[in-house]
Amino acid sequence: MQSIAELIEQHIPGAVRGAVDAFGEQTVLIAREMIVPVCRWLHDAPELAFEQLSDLTAVDWPEQAERFEVVYQLNSLRYHRRLRLKARVPLSSCEIDSVVPVWQAANFLEREVFDLFGIRFCQHPDLRRIMMPEEYDEGYPLRKDFPAAGKGWRNTFKFWPAMEPGRDVMLTEIPIDASGLAPSKDKGTS
Amino acid sequence: MTTEQHDDERGSFGYIVHEPEGGSATEVAPGSAEGEERQPLFRTEDLLLNMGPQHPATHGVLRVVLELEGEKIIKATPYLGYLHRGTEKLAENKMYSQVIPLTDRLDYVCAMANNYAYVRAVEKLMGITVPERAEYVRTIVSEMQRIVGHLFWLGTQALDIGAMTIFFWTFRERELLLDLFEALCGARLTVSYFRVGGIDPQGDLTPEVIAKLRTFLTSFPAKLEEYEGLLAENRIWLARTRNIAVISAEDAVNFGLTGPALRGSGVAYDIRKAEPYGVYDRIEWEVPIGSHGDTYDRYWVRMEEMRQSARILSQCLDRLPKGPIMIDLPGVTYPRRDKVMTDMESLIHHFKVACYGFETPPGEVYCGTETPKGELGFYLVSDGTNKPYRMRIRAPSFVNMGAFDHMARGYLIADIVTIFGTYDIVMGECDR
Repeated sequence: MQSIAELIEQHIPGAVRGAVDAFGEQTVLIAREMIVPVCRWLHDAPELAFEQLSDLTAVDWPEQAERFEVVYQLNSLRYHRRLRLKARVPLSSCEIDSVVPVWQAANFLEREVFDLFGIRFCQHPDLRRIMMPEEYDEGYPLRKDFPAAGKGWRNTFKFWPAMEPGRDVMLTEIPIDASGLAPSKDKGTS
Repeated sequence: MTTEQHDDERGSFGYIVHEPEGGSATEVAPGSAEGEERQPLFRTEDLLLNMGPQHPATHGVLRVVLELEGEKIIKATPYLGYLHRGTEKLAENKMYSQVIPLTDRLDYVCAMANNYAYVRAVEKLMGITVPERAEYVRTIVSEMQRIVGHLFWLGTQALDIGAMTIFFWTFRERELLLDLFEALCGARLTVSYFRVGGIDPQGDLTPEVIAKLRTFLTSFPAKLEEYEGLLAENRIWLARTRNIAVISAEDAVNFGLTGPALRGSGVAYDIRKAEPYGVYDRIEWEVPIGSHGDTYDRYWVRMEEMRQSARILSQCLDRLPKGPIMIDLPGVTYPRRDKVMTDMESLIHHFKVACYGFETPPGEVYCGTETPKGELGFYLVSDGTNKPYRMRIRAPSFVNMGAFDHMARGYLIADIVTIFGTYDIVMGECDR
């Protein structure tokens, strides 16, 4: 029995960059420019029939040369088999071809990755932000260099000190401004 | 005059046209000769209508922008993210056990199912097998949760369509199950009942809970028939659900639909059967399948699923074994409560687990679980520390929403509420 990585390599030469089999799950690393033909073939091949794209997401590895990992979770409803595909995307050319022509499900999922990681999907029919407001310009929240406390206008809130990485904010540090709570002196006049 | 011409005429006056291909407001005047330049009867223009995010029928904060031609929907664009709380980002800064309360707040009407999906992913990563009794209890509470979720859906869907009684009736039964959740873990909605390696050690099924659940199960089939008595032959219900939001099996698969939305289109796929977990492979039950892929079939699938859940529950209660409900794995689980109070080492151990959590082996897992709404998947990437390096939530409501435009096109504006209701959408899960 050939492994799926070998099968892919046989049909689409030069597509496979590596394969991992761990925790009972198969992962195949695909060359970025070959992702659409590979997905198309996995979807159409009757012996594999990965008809459904369960999930599409990304993982950020800031220290690595090809920073982002786009992760595709494929599901074959016919054979009850799952497969994970991965493609690496460097920060310098932060884009990959869209798989919407293969699975419509990728439409919203790719928009989410675009929104939260800043990875562009070429030939996507409607690449817009989906989670964050359209005018949002504070960066990409799920990247590792984006602080969990947020950045931008949120840090200007007076009642919560700006969080610094590595520093735990204790409740006692929050300056409580009680002046606003006291009844105003000239209350009766207004 | 033939029926077809009659329909066209009605369409030109902006009457209700139920067929997606039927007449519309831009229809030409009847009787205009072929080949002549066709003139519309009236000046028409497309209308852009905003619905939500604050709208009682959107089940939360969903905003949809509708492009309308008369009453017909040409395009429906959902705008998501109004309930985006960054759960995936938050989880990167929390220990594995601290993420469980976050999952309660995804699909906040089915928290047990979310807990289950998450702890299964962590257990897969760590290679933990939970004790037999815990497997049974997990299956029991997740099937109770499925009934609760479907009852909630049925009540709100019927309320959206205009039937109010059913809402009160379903909530009456839902209340009984929520009371049992309260008896188990002290909370009714945000339960946090599951633990990595088992379930809440203080929350074992007591004989009282079992007796109450058995009483519920004896009366529940009759209640389901009561609901069906209100709906199954109700003309309004049938007119509002039959042939509405039809999606073919092929499209449903391609759009990534899961759960009742997929099975309503006739695809026999249920993760509980395909990749059995819990005790689903040891129990007799069936997967109900629709055939037309319309709102009515999805309703029928959910009704049948409740019957199957009741069947699973009574079998689980019959076979419920004795034994521990939590694995004993030093470094991962807490030591026994009585020991913590008397034994120094156990106290230190308890402190360590509470403050530092546990480390997982580096690697990545994806684990999909069949929740009432569909496949809730957790994709965990671990770098070997006590916090997930990346946690991805594959939320069924979000993926199902991707098919919304496809399913809404051609139907009437009055149907829009039932179309997103038919997914059983919960925005907490959709926006995460």
